[in-house]
Amino acid sequence: MSSNKPHDGPGEGPRYGPRKGFSRRTFIEGVGIGAGAVGALGAADQARAATNEVVGPDPVSITLSINGKTHKLDVEPRVTLIDALRNMLDHTGAKKVCDRATCGACTVIVDGSPVYSCTMLAIEAEGRRIETIEGISSDDAMHPVQVQFVEHDAQQCGFCTPGLVMAGKAIADRNPRPSMADVESGLCGNICRCGTYVGVRKAVYEAARESA
Amino acid sequence: MQNFEYIAPINTLSAAQALSPDAGVTAVLAGGTDLLSLLKQHVETPTRVVSLRNISALRGISKRGGGLRIGAMATVEDLLGSKAAAPYESLLQAARGITAPQVRAMGTVAGDLLQRPRCWYFRNGYGLLAKSEGKALVPSGENRYHAILGNKGPAYFVNASSLAPALISLGATVSVAGPEGEREMSVADLYRIPSSDAERENTLAPNEIVTEINVPSASGWSTATYEVRQRQLLDWPLATASVALRMRGGKVSDARVVLGHVAPIPWRSSEAETALKGKAANESSGVEAGKAAMAAATPLSQNKAKVQLATVAVKRAVGMAG
Amino acid sequence: MATKYDWPAAEDRSLIGKRHNRVDGPEKARGDAKYSYDRNLDGMLVARLVTSEVPHGRIIGIDTSAAEKVKGYKGHVNIQNVGDEIQWAGSEILAICADTEEHARDAAAAVNVHFETLPHWVKDEDVKKAGEANRVKPAKDDTKGPDLDEAWKSADATVEGYYGLGIITHCCLEPHGQVVDWTGDEITVYASTQAVARIPADLAKGLSRDESIGTVAAESVHVITPYMGGGFGSKFNIDTWGIACAKLSKKTGKPVKLMLDRDEELKVAGGRPSDYGNIKIGAKKDGTLVAYESETWSTGGIAGRGSPPVPYVYNNEERLAQKARHLNVSTNIGPARAWRAPNHPQAAVLTMCPMEDLAAELDMDPVEFFKKNADLTARPEVYRYEIDKCAEMIGWKDKWHKRGDSGDGPVKRGLGLSLHTWGGRPHDSTCEVRIQPDGGVSVNMASQDLGVGTYTTLSVIAAETFGLQIPDITVNIGSSRLPISGASGGSTTVGGTTASTRRAAVNALDELKSVVAESLGVEADDLAAKDGKIFAKSDTSKSLSWNDACKKLGNRTITGHGKQPDRNGGKLNDSGVGGVQMADVSVDVETGIVSINKIAAVQDVGLVICLEQCESQVYGSLIQGVAWALYEESIYDQTTGTMLNPDMEFYKLPGAADIGELEVHMVQGKYDDRGVIGIGEPPAISPGAAISNAVANAIGVRVPTLPLTPDRVLAALENA
Ligand SMILES: Cc1cc2nc3c(=O)[nH]c(=O)nc-3n(C[C@H](O)[C@H](O)[C@H](O)COP(=O)(O)OP(=O)(O)OC[C@H]3O[C@@H](n4cnc5c(N)ncnc54)[C@H](O)[C@@H]3O)c2cc1C
Ligand code: FES
Ligand code: FES
Repeated sequence: MSSNKPHDGPGEGPRYGPRKGFSRRTFIEGVGIGAGAVGALGAADQARAATNEVVGPDPVSITLSINGKTHKLDVEPRVTLIDALRNMLDHTGAKKVCDRATCGACTVIVDGSPVYSCTMLAIEAEGRRIETIEGISSDDAMHPVQVQFVEHDAQQCGFCTPGLVMAGKAIADRNPRPSMADVESGLCGNICRCGTYVGVRKAVYEAARESA
Repeated sequence: MQNFEYIAPINTLSAAQALSPDAGVTAVLAGGTDLLSLLKQHVETPTRVVSLRNISALRGISKRGGGLRIGAMATVEDLLGSKAAAPYESLLQAARGITAPQVRAMGTVAGDLLQRPRCWYFRNGYGLLAKSEGKALVPSGENRYHAILGNKGPAYFVNASSLAPALISLGATVSVAGPEGEREMSVADLYRIPSSDAERENTLAPNEIVTEINVPSASGWSTATYEVRQRQLLDWPLATASVALRMRGGKVSDARVVLGHVAPIPWRSSEAETALKGKAANESSGVEAGKAAMAAATPLSQNKAKVQLATVAVKRAVGMAG
Repeated sequence: MATKYDWPAAEDRSLIGKRHNRVDGPEKARGDAKYSYDRNLDGMLVARLVTSEVPHGRIIGIDTSAAEKVKGYKGHVNIQNVGDEIQWAGSEILAICADTEEHARDAAAAVNVHFETLPHWVKDEDVKKAGEANRVKPAKDDTKGPDLDEAWKSADATVEGYYGLGIITHCCLEPHGQVVDWTGDEITVYASTQAVARIPADLAKGLSRDESIGTVAAESVHVITPYMGGGFGSKFNIDTWGIACAKLSKKTGKPVKLMLDRDEELKVAGGRPSDYGNIKIGAKKDGTLVAYESETWSTGGIAGRGSPPVPYVYNNEERLAQKARHLNVSTNIGPARAWRAPNHPQAAVLTMCPMEDLAAELDMDPVEFFKKNADLTARPEVYRYEIDKCAEMIGWKDKWHKRGDSGDGPVKRGLGLSLHTWGGRPHDSTCEVRIQPDGGVSVNMASQDLGVGTYTTLSVIAAETFGLQIPDITVNIGSSRLPISGASGGSTTVGGTTASTRRAAVNALDELKSVVAESLGVEADDLAAKDGKIFAKSDTSKSLSWNDACKKLGNRTITGHGKQPDRNGGKLNDSGVGGVQMADVSVDVETGIVSINKIAAVQDVGLVICLEQCESQVYGSLIQGVAWALYEESIYDQTTGTMLNPDMEFYKLPGAADIGELEVHMVQGKYDDRGVIGIGEPPAISPGAAISNAVANAIGVRVPTLPLTPDRVLAALENA
């Protein structure tokens, strides 16, 4: 039997601290996407394609560009992007909820468009620019969509939140002055079971104007 | 998902070769929004997946001749953003019915045409014809979303594509490439009602791919699609109608009416077309057309409502086009 | 009698009852919050379940030989064995683990289980057919109140109708499951649970049943759940998969993750019972309700399910003649679990809908009718007030019309209302509040935050008590090694945890005051903590900043203890709330599609702690209500006995564009003296009945059963 551990050690819940200084106005301007790196990836990818090479079913070595950084990993061709992100790269922000392209919890942004990462093979994401929730904020500043999610209490259990934030960011990226109807239709690929849409709608509406 | 080998050729010929029957069970991968779910559910268990992503010739949407060329790998998002596609109202209305931005961004137009039925028996492993121990499950089962036309058996599912009815009403064709070269056929001819377990719901050979969709000029036609859909959230229509009308002197001189989500194939209704000819295009002629389209409907135990929904879809589509 | 523990008077509250950003908001918005499902431990294996495809049968063989040869296979444990009887499809048979998720799936798919099938039944609405299949057990008739025959004689108007609602499932976005790391004698469990403090004993008991494992002490189990992705009443136990996961971890010597797949989640890890009923209800000409008689039936799986609490809210046993008869339908479907306000949403439909029909029969405005009979409720004044307030919010006076919108065009508009009640008494809770010499403050207890705002409410209580701000407080919950606190069910958490925290904080402050009193040379009683300072009330120049005050502790840490209940601890909480909701809908009578224009909700909860999170609970309840009123339903196929929509495609939930405008009013001030009362469940009760009533008002006929799908709406119109 083990004894009670001290209660005051760093618990695992929310912490103020280095991150407390986020503000409505500050956020990072993209995360320095190395165009060179992406170009190089594209070439590697083309090289594989050009040989008409059959790969797999054993693991294949691939390179992914995630949040401006390149990651090399070995994946079976069947491994989905969400599983590569979560299980191999510990990018656990995006969630796998339905695993069938029907809920949006796994939403990431690929080449500027929101996509379901449960429904894209990791190998198919090679040569593309992948943005995940981990890449849109820094230690001292959240993205305006995230800031507004907090301001409007747009989360309960929070499990759908990363997907909704990314869908919201995709709306804001494309349209600095979306109407409420634009916001709603941009969120039509995401489900929240706890029922946070009232806050989410307001948050995305405000954030788009703010990031403009 | 069963593991598979993967290849992403750079031209259609190598793709067709990669799909050769000698390669085992193969599947074509476009955007993956449907195929990946089929693989995860073990509804399809290919040993080789052939991705079309590197074939640049399959991309893009452009004007061609007086009409429109849609590359097989053009996405629904591409379609909605395309200037060239702007005159094709009914097609864009159908595309807007795919409400999830994520599906629009990934899903391709050819993939939409070739997506497999959403019948829940099929998706839960009871086969395309939905049988258990030789017995058809749909007629006495949960058939609220199933076919009301073309449902004499053995198929009861509905074709899931909303773009197909619009494209058929616009007189579109598809180009199909196989190891022996290309062939062209009408979009309508892509589909069939399977008569046995051995048949699929489309007419492609396993080593054929759709390369592009060609839509003739719509000038002189008024077109519209109306969808009956319960939710705004990603959802399937309960019924759709796409119409294309040519008017002369305020009267319909030529009409094409195609219904979606009501039969195992996109359902072209010559009855509705006949009913419209010589009439003004408005909701009252639309109702007549809708009723004519539904005259032959044979609803199952739970889906009588779909007869009404399809009638309304025709009525409203005609009203919009008029 | 007033005590030092009582909540501060309204004018002294700087944080309680105000709007605050959720403390855990940034972590969640950043995607940094680590849920059980997100744990990737070193060397972790992934496990999958093998479940039954047959709805009823006996296991006659389990063949794992092929699975054991699958690449990456690491082990398996049986959950059920040869000879066991399976009672529903999806029933857990074994758990198998491998080095990767893909390999675990391969291994699970390679297991062959053979069954001898037995007859099954999965349908509940057609009670006659269920009876013919020998699946119906009547409960005893329950008669209350004045003589029923006399009451019927006195009724000038009666309505007899059929009402009901199907089975829905919880569909938590984070599925049930956990990661278990069994190292030596220590079993660490990252469980997605609503009951952090209860899981250790639950798991220990489950493991101890296995002779090969022997006795496991609850103390050796450490549950860690800082975040969890939704429970709604379905996540109180470790469940078979948790026990199997622990066994796999012991067997392999590695941490093991086992989270359910979506289809498993929907088939076996959730489920709210159905309810159907023939209801007869009568009133006098002036609208006085005199009698309510019901024959109801429902299923919650193989064990069937008891009677719903009908008539609901309007149930005064002295004045209303009542008779209830219930039929229990046994089905081979996954067993029901508690669903947000168990049985109340169903009871609301079976009561408020017939009442609305009766108002129409009497040619009365339902608002007047519901108010007129408020004396039949336990809290007439509250309901009258709330009905008026809600009517004002929805614009009832201007928008309401008699049954059937007579306007042109296919889209008809209507209004409807419903009332509800809930207990929400506080659960037991113990808390330790610590004050460190460096000024740090922590609140410690083995509670959990389901997304309701526990981190935030506890921060507010401690900060308010110490005169600090929310960021000054660290809340440590989500660990079973902290002081025991109750499970989060029945809306009991906020009442229980805020009380134990308040008491612990006051006790801790007393200790700090006695230290400070000495150094300031004043009486401890004369000290107050406010605005980041501790000062003498008699002479405010005698003051120390919070941090300087804490420095006086030297190297001592203060630990204040608090508990709930505590007879000498002041009046901090209560139970019993009311609420009223009104819906404004549009119905396209050609397609049967219902859309929500607006829903207004008025809710009392005693003393509100965090207004924004309180409102969020109500918004969420309304949105879930839209889901079960219009869309969601578990659909079972009788031939195969399986659920056909264990997915998020045909198990339909609303999106951001499907919910209309929502307006929430929390009753603040009026009932603050009652203290804190739970909010998680009450607002989840009424939406279905209110929406159904609005649809009836719009189209002039009752759509008997929920969800109000297009085919049902069209059928009701056709039958009218
Ligand atoms: C939640 C959700 C809601 C949806 N709602 C709608 C809706 O309302 N209306 C609607 O019409 N659709 C709807 N869809 C379907 C969606 O439009 C399709 O999934 C998508 O268009 C398929 O395209 P894809 O490129 O992803 O196809 P994939 O998934 O890659 O392929 C689908 C099928 O087509 C085959 N295929 C694809 N391209 C070719 C080709 N060029 N040649 C030969 N075979 C090919 C594949 O082998 C596979 O069998 C919905 C989908 C989802 C997930
Ligand atoms: S997990 Fe990808 S859409 Fe649901
Ligand atoms: S906050 Fe829980 S699912 Fe959205």
